[in-house]
Amino acid sequence: MTVDFLYNLFSEFLSNTIGSDSILLISMLLPLVATFGFITIYALVVIYAELKVSSFIQDKVGPMGQGFGLHAGKFGLLQPIADALKLLSKEDIIPRSADKLLFVLAPFMIFVGAFISFVALPFNESVIVSDLNIGLFYILGVGSLAVIAIILAGWSSNNKWSLYGGMRSAAQIISYEIPAGLSLIVVIMLAGSLNMQEIILYQQGGIGNWIIFDNPFMPIVFVVYFISALAETNRTPFDLPESESELVAGFVTEYSGMRYAFFFLSEYANMFVVCVVAATGFLGGWQSPFADSLDSPLMGFFWMLSKTASLIFVMIWIRWTVPRLRVDQLMHICWKVLLPVGLFNIFAVAIWTVLIG
Amino acid sequence: MGVVHGEEMVLNIGPQHPATHGVLRLQVKTDGEIVSQITPYLGYLHRCFEKHCENVTYEQVLPYTDRCDYLASMTMNFGYVVAMEELLEIKVNSRVEHIRVVMAELQRIASHLLGLGAFGLDIGAFTPFLHMLRDRERILDLFEMTCGARLLYNYMWIGGLSHDLPIGFVESTYKFLDYFEPKIDEFVDLLVHNKIFVERTADIGVMPQDVAISYGVTGPNLRASGLKWDLRRNDSYSIYNKFDFEIPVGEGGKGTVGDCWDRFYVRVLEMKESIKIVRQALASMPKEGDVHQSLPKKIKPPIKSIYRRTESPRGDLGYYIESDGSNIPYRLKMRSPAFTALSVIDEIAAGWLLSDVLAILGSLDIVLGEIDR
Repeated sequence: MTVDFLYNLFSEFLSNTIGSDSILLISMLLPLVATFGFITIYALVVIYAELKVSSFIQDKVGPMGQGFGLHAGKFGLLQPIADALKLLSKEDIIPRSADKLLFVLAPFMIFVGAFISFVALPFNESVIVSDLNIGLFYILGVGSLAVIAIILAGWSSNNKWSLYGGMRSAAQIISYEIPAGLSLIVVIMLAGSLNMQEIILYQQGGIGNWIIFDNPFMPIVFVVYFISALAETNRTPFDLPESESELVAGFVTEYSGMRYAFFFLSEYANMFVVCVVAATGFLGGWQSPFADSLDSPLMGFFWMLSKTASLIFVMIWIRWTVPRLRVDQLMHICWKVLLPVGLFNIFAVAIWTVLIG
Repeated sequence: MGVVHGEEMVLNIGPQHPATHGVLRLQVKTDGEIVSQITPYLGYLHRCFEKHCENVTYEQVLPYTDRCDYLASMTMNFGYVVAMEELLEIKVNSRVEHIRVVMAELQRIASHLLGLGAFGLDIGAFTPFLHMLRDRERILDLFEMTCGARLLYNYMWIGGLSHDLPIGFVESTYKFLDYFEPKIDEFVDLLVHNKIFVERTADIGVMPQDVAISYGVTGPNLRASGLKWDLRRNDSYSIYNKFDFEIPVGEGGKGTVGDCWDRFYVRVLEMKESIKIVRQALASMPKEGDVHQSLPKKIKPPIKSIYRRTESPRGDLGYYIESDGSNIPYRLKMRSPAFTALSVIDEIAAGWLLSDVLAILGSLDIVLGEIDR
């Protein structure tokens, strides 16, 4: 369901009534609105999941209730909506000494970074906003926009804690892009394409053909990618930029209300993006694990989302289990552990492919 | 080419900060992430405890001791009543002594649970904190059963206790101990041997034994530095010499003796020893005995002064009481273990990274109520 597809569809029916420019605009806006709606709904679901999974891990009940009114709905299902409404209705505070323009810009920039990544995410054979021939590269590229936004937020708040958070985050995200990129290079080498759909099609034919089982080195590559993904999305154990007990709230210290909600939303949106990339690159994307059975466009949607959801669950699980790393240990792991392992993987997989595969 | 000199940034950690365990302000000088100097500023929770005591009768001092170290009210009571009973030369009966020991050791477990949980929280581990609070809750339930209060008990009175044990307390306590003992191993699995936790705490904030002694650091912090010093043994009070228990000391299991990891692990081991003491005290507790038996009608100590120290969960808790023969203390001074523990922070934490400073602060297990008094 790419933009081209929509354009052709609309041209067929509407070319008599409105001009081709308007049709192009509509066919571009439609996926945009759909994506925005998807992110919002997904965020509500994943926030609820985070609350409930963390409650399960921490031996408490989490959001609970019996009905409407002051309760959070049945099983606390209304909790994320209540949270969202609370954030929306909160006072919007901009510190007097803050750099107003940058302060206001940062939440939008970080959200845009997360939002435009969704353009290249494949949900099934045909549902992809834009089937770019460099999809994977594009996602890696726009994913880095978050760094600029975080530095802006950290700097413009005019708060020492924010500054610490921003600086830590810049170092962290830029460093961890390298092992993430190295892991994805292996995927690209095997699939022979940067196109998301072609990477998925390469893994056709059931669970055995998934890239993660392609050769003995691939599970290592996957782990390296997943660790880097955790770091890129600022999740525990790499949540140093906003480490609650050290930096108060890091770069979001001075943000409140809707602006804070944008940071929050884009963190979860980024989680989704990295998990979709992991599912695409390693776990067969929207393909069924049982080759041809259970394989249809609708099931494709299901497989994609369930693979992504499982990875997000692992992220939540890790977050509520392990402590946080220190900033120098973070760099140590990146440059002295993940980077050599990533480079080794490239050579190992290349040699394996030439000799055996 | 000239040398560029960067300026050090002064950063105020606190008074409102998630990692200061209360209202403490640490003024740190930082060069990037590296902290070069730490100056603690106290007094945000100062409630004139000692001055108040000069204006109230000896019995009325007790509720104030509760509020000093609000996480270990039982042992705060304990220290004061032991000192007062020595001053008045009162001997309480065996049942009272046993109940006091049970309460004090349960309180030690509760206090350590919160201390360890908060330490984990400082490192970034959220879940152990809630697991530990869950178990602490069960100890508070036991206290509530006994005296109706969950935080500030005012349970131990000079010459006795406010209430006798309720029916079913002993069984509930045994039930709790049976439940809790395996849980300690769970905490050990979750944190003590966790690779990230070890990386964050081993070899960090090493407090050598001589530094600890010269600053007057006591309690688990001193024992983590390798010195076997426990007032329950070394300057025994109440009936502690009757019980068989070990004094765990830091051995540098994952790094150097006296590092943050040792301070954590010593507290874990101490909880196990406390369980042993509670079991023994419950087993040997006499069934008969009036807890109000030796309550003095009127407290008018002789003109005399006394200094008595006891082992609170945070270390040597000393009460100096000067009596002028009236029913009001002429002077009451408290030696706070957390105060001395905090004073060492610049010595052991300067030069480390910002995250480490907060980990070291967490490992000292301070309570601001007791520091400021």
